[in-house]
Order: sequence, then structure tokens, then C-alpha cells
Amino acid sequence: MSVSIDQIFVSGKRWLLSWLAGTPDWAIQIASSLINIFALLAVFLTLFALMSVLERKILGRIQNRYGPNRVGPFGLLQPVADGIKMLVKEDIVPVRADKIVHFLAPVLIAATAILALGIIPYGRNLTPFTIDGGILFFFAVGSTTELAVFMAGWGSNNKFSMLGAMRAIAQMISYELPLVITVLPVVMIVGSLTPDTIVAAQDDYVFGFVPRWFVFTPWGATAFILFFVSGLVESNRTPFDVPEGESEIVAGHMTEYSGFKYATFFMAEYIGMFAITGLATTLFLGGWHAPVRALEFIPSYVWFFVKLGALLFVYIWLRGTLPRTRVDQIMNFAWKFMLPMAFTCVIAAAVWHYAGRGLRGWLWSLVVIAIAYTALSIVLDTRRKFAPRTYRFAE
Amino acid sequence: MNSAAFIVIGILTLAAALAAATLPKLMHAALSFAVTFLGIAAFFFLLGAEFVGLVQVFVYIGAVAVLIVFTILLTRRDIEKDRGFNWSGVVVAIAVFGGLIWAIFKTQSLSGVAPEMPVLTVKHIGEVLMSGYVWPLLCVGLLLTAALIGALILVMEERK
Repeated sequence: MSVSIDQIFVSGKRWLLSWLAGTPDWAIQIASSLINIFALLAVFLTLFALMSVLERKILGRIQNRYGPNRVGPFGLLQPVADGIKMLVKEDIVPVRADKIVHFLAPVLIAATAILALGIIPYGRNLTPFTIDGGILFFFAVGSTTELAVFMAGWGSNNKFSMLGAMRAIAQMISYELPLVITVLPVVMIVGSLTPDTIVAAQDDYVFGFVPRWFVFTPWGATAFILFFVSGLVESNRTPFDVPEGESEIVAGHMTEYSGFKYATFFMAEYIGMFAITGLATTLFLGGWHAPVRALEFIPSYVWFFVKLGALLFVYIWLRGTLPRTRVDQIMNFAWKFMLPMAFTCVIAAAVWHYAGRGLRGWLWSLVVIAIAYTALSIVLDTRRKFAPRTYRFAE
Repeated sequence: MNSAAFIVIGILTLAAALAAATLPKLMHAALSFAVTFLGIAAFFFLLGAEFVGLVQVFVYIGAVAVLIVFTILLTRRDIEKDRGFNWSGVVVAIAVFGGLIWAIFKTQSLSGVAPEMPVLTVKHIGEVLMSGYVWPLLCVGLLLTAALIGALILVMEERK
């Protein structure tokens, strides 16, 4: 029974494809891909709508107010109202904007965000597109976002847009390094770039009850935190949301966008967030595996979305809790702390592997990370260095 | 199906390359150059070289294209100006193209039938890189590190 519920989507797709029996192979292939794409879009656009209302609800709760509660029961239909509003708003394109580039930027940014969702295993046999270098595909697609942000900034022909795009790109490039390097230890230990293999490697339990997820090893936990913080920056979330700022650069590269194009940017940001938390779940939190053996009867996709939801909740929680950082603080943090720590994770994972992947390896890798962390925190300690503020002006 | 895909991708890549060479605005040219990179990546995918295709997207669109647009943005004052037409560039391009075509048709090793290639996985590439080609790999790593340090020295504040 539980197996059939677990595989309900797989058998559903097989049933849909059985209608096409007898047609040539390529037609079935295309139909199969289309079903995957529609399922992905349906799930994640619904999740986007749900997330946008839940985020406002939870933020309201954190800030001691109600949040949206007028449209539908508990304000649940708020995203519908927002969507209609965005659709009927006038689409304004500045006269001096580069029309084509201005139009293509939101298209490209949404396309790349959605593409990245395609390689994540959402459950047992539920990977939409199995690619041999799936992890690499994720980052290859993600790196295209920078060009899209640049197109938005430059195509708008507005100084605020351009400066905002510069900020966004600078922080995206800086944090892409720790993001990619924190994935390396997992890839090293598993010996594969395929997300399915990485999830399969996290099956089973140590001592019969601790799941073999990478987050329970010292290097995995460190890499997970670094990955999570880099993910926050990549999706421009608080406390790293400096590409936007009403009092400084308006809405950054989105300043000159209105109506549905602005909504597309908004959607791409959220879908990028889902993709990066999905990848974090896959890499470090055991993907769709259950945390306890007794709970394995619950379908695998439920576990995946529970973990995804938990991570997304932390995103919202951080937004409601932390103030924003400054641009220079973000950059310094990336190059002086995140990057060395990411390299330490690689070394710690190698130590863990060569010390036998057992308790000894666990302790040794903890030692490596503790040494690196202490050394970095001593070197980067700025507490005593506060001097009267000096100003430098352009000559 | 593969040959149809080849023709479609080929036309798109060539059109983007032509646009990159002829568009009057420099920034448009740079962006169509990025489309050309994407077309080349698609060719790699078509040939079954997934890894190379993905690296092509990662490095050339994610890094090189961004580098190009930033270089244009930071070095030119007159991005909007029409850049004219460079005839010497046409001559050089035709010369390079002719040379390549001549070399390709002269090569003996291409005359045979293409051998059946095993499916190339990332694992194989990694193993080969770490065994047979470990010295070239280390040299490239050293070169890139040197470049990184050089860039740091360039932007370092001069202490008075």
C-alpha cells in the first residue's frame, strides 16, 4: 500500500503515457518531458503562491500584527488577488530603454530559475530530468542569472538600475565560489555529480537510528551552513538584500519594471530560492529519505517537501529577525571567511574519508574545522580596531 | 532527429555569431556572442559530451560573457555610439576560416568512419584528469592561482 502511494506520481505518468502507445518513440519522449515540465511548473507555481502569502503571514506574526487576512479564508486567496493586480497593471517601458534587452531580461531570469528545478530528486524515482552532471547543470544554469540581471540593469537605461545590477552581480559572483566549493566535499565523498546517486548515498542509518545524512558529519554541517548562507545571498534575501533598497537605489535592477514583468522577477527570485533549498536538501539533508526508520511508510516526496518547507521557514524567520548588512561587509565576509571555510570543508571531508568514515574520521574532521574556524576568527577579529570614522572623497 | 537538431542549432549559432559581428551597438553584439556560446554548448550536448557542454555554459556564459559586458561597460564611454564596420576584421576572419577549412580537409585522421564512442561520464573524465593528465591540471591550477594573486595585487590599495 505504502509503496503504491509512494509511486503514485510515477504510475500516474505511466498511465498518461499509455494513451500514446503505438506512437513513435520520439513522440513518447516529448510527451514524457512535457508531463514532467507541467508537473514541475504546477507544483512550484502553487508553492510560490503559497509561499508569498505564508511569508507575509509569518512575518506578520513575528512583528506582532495580523498580515493579510481579508481575501478568502485566513487571507489564503491573497496571491490570487496579487496576481490579478499584477496582470492588469500597465506595463511601462521607459522611452530610452533598450526595448529588446529590457524585454528579454525577465524572460531569461525566469527561464534559468525554472531550469534549475529540473534536476532535483523530489522523491523515489521522481527526478524530472536525470543528467549525469546534474549538479554541474544546476550551477551552469544558475550562473546565467548574472547575465540576465545585467541585461535588466543595462537595458533599463537608468542609473539606479545599473548600480543595482552591479551590486547584485558583484555579490552573486562572490558567493558563487563558496556555493560551488561547499558542494565539492559531497561530490568527493559520493564520487558522483548525479543528484540521485548523492541521495542514494545518504540512505541507511548509523547505529540503527542516526540517518546517514551528510549534515550529521562535521564537514557536512559546516558545508551546509556555508551553503545555506550563500544561498541566502544568491537569492537576494535578508540579511543580504542590498541589491534592493528604497532609500538608496530604489528596486535595483528591477526599478524600471512594472506589472507582470516585475512579477516575473519576483517569481524568479522565489523559484531560485526553492531550487537552492531543494539542492541543499538533496546534498546535505538526505533528499527524500525519512529521518527515522519507523516513519519510512510516509511517501518520499512528503519528506522532501517537509525538509524544503523547514528550510524555507528559516528563510522567512531570518527575514523577520535580522537587520540588513552593508555591501562591503557582505563582500568581506565572502572572501575572507566563507571562501577559506569552504576550502576547509573540502580538506575536512578528505580527512573524514581517509580516517575510515567512522567515529575517528568524525573527530578528526571536527578538529580540522575547529582549527580553521578559530584561526579565521582570530585573524578577522575587528573588535579592537574601531577608530574615529574617516571620510574619503573622490578627488 | 539529430540531423534536424544539428541544422536548427547550426542556423541559430551562425545567426548569433553574425549578429555579434554586425550589430551596431556593442552591448547587443556582446549579448549575441553569449547566444553563440550557448549554441556551441548545444552542439556538445548533441555529440553526447554533456560535461563539456555544461562547462561551456558555466565558464563561457557565466564568466566570460559577464567579463566581456563588464569590460565594455567599464572601458568605453560611448557605448551607445555606432561602432562602424571593421574591414580588416573581415579579412582576418575569412583568412582564419579558410585556414581551418584547409587544415580540416587535409587531415588524414578524419577520413575514416567515426568509431563507436563509449558513453563518457563525468567519472571517467575525473579519473583521466587525476591520473594521466595530472601535471597539466596542476599547471593550469598554478597559472590560475597566479592570475588571481595578480588581480589582487592590481586592485590592492597602495599604502602611503
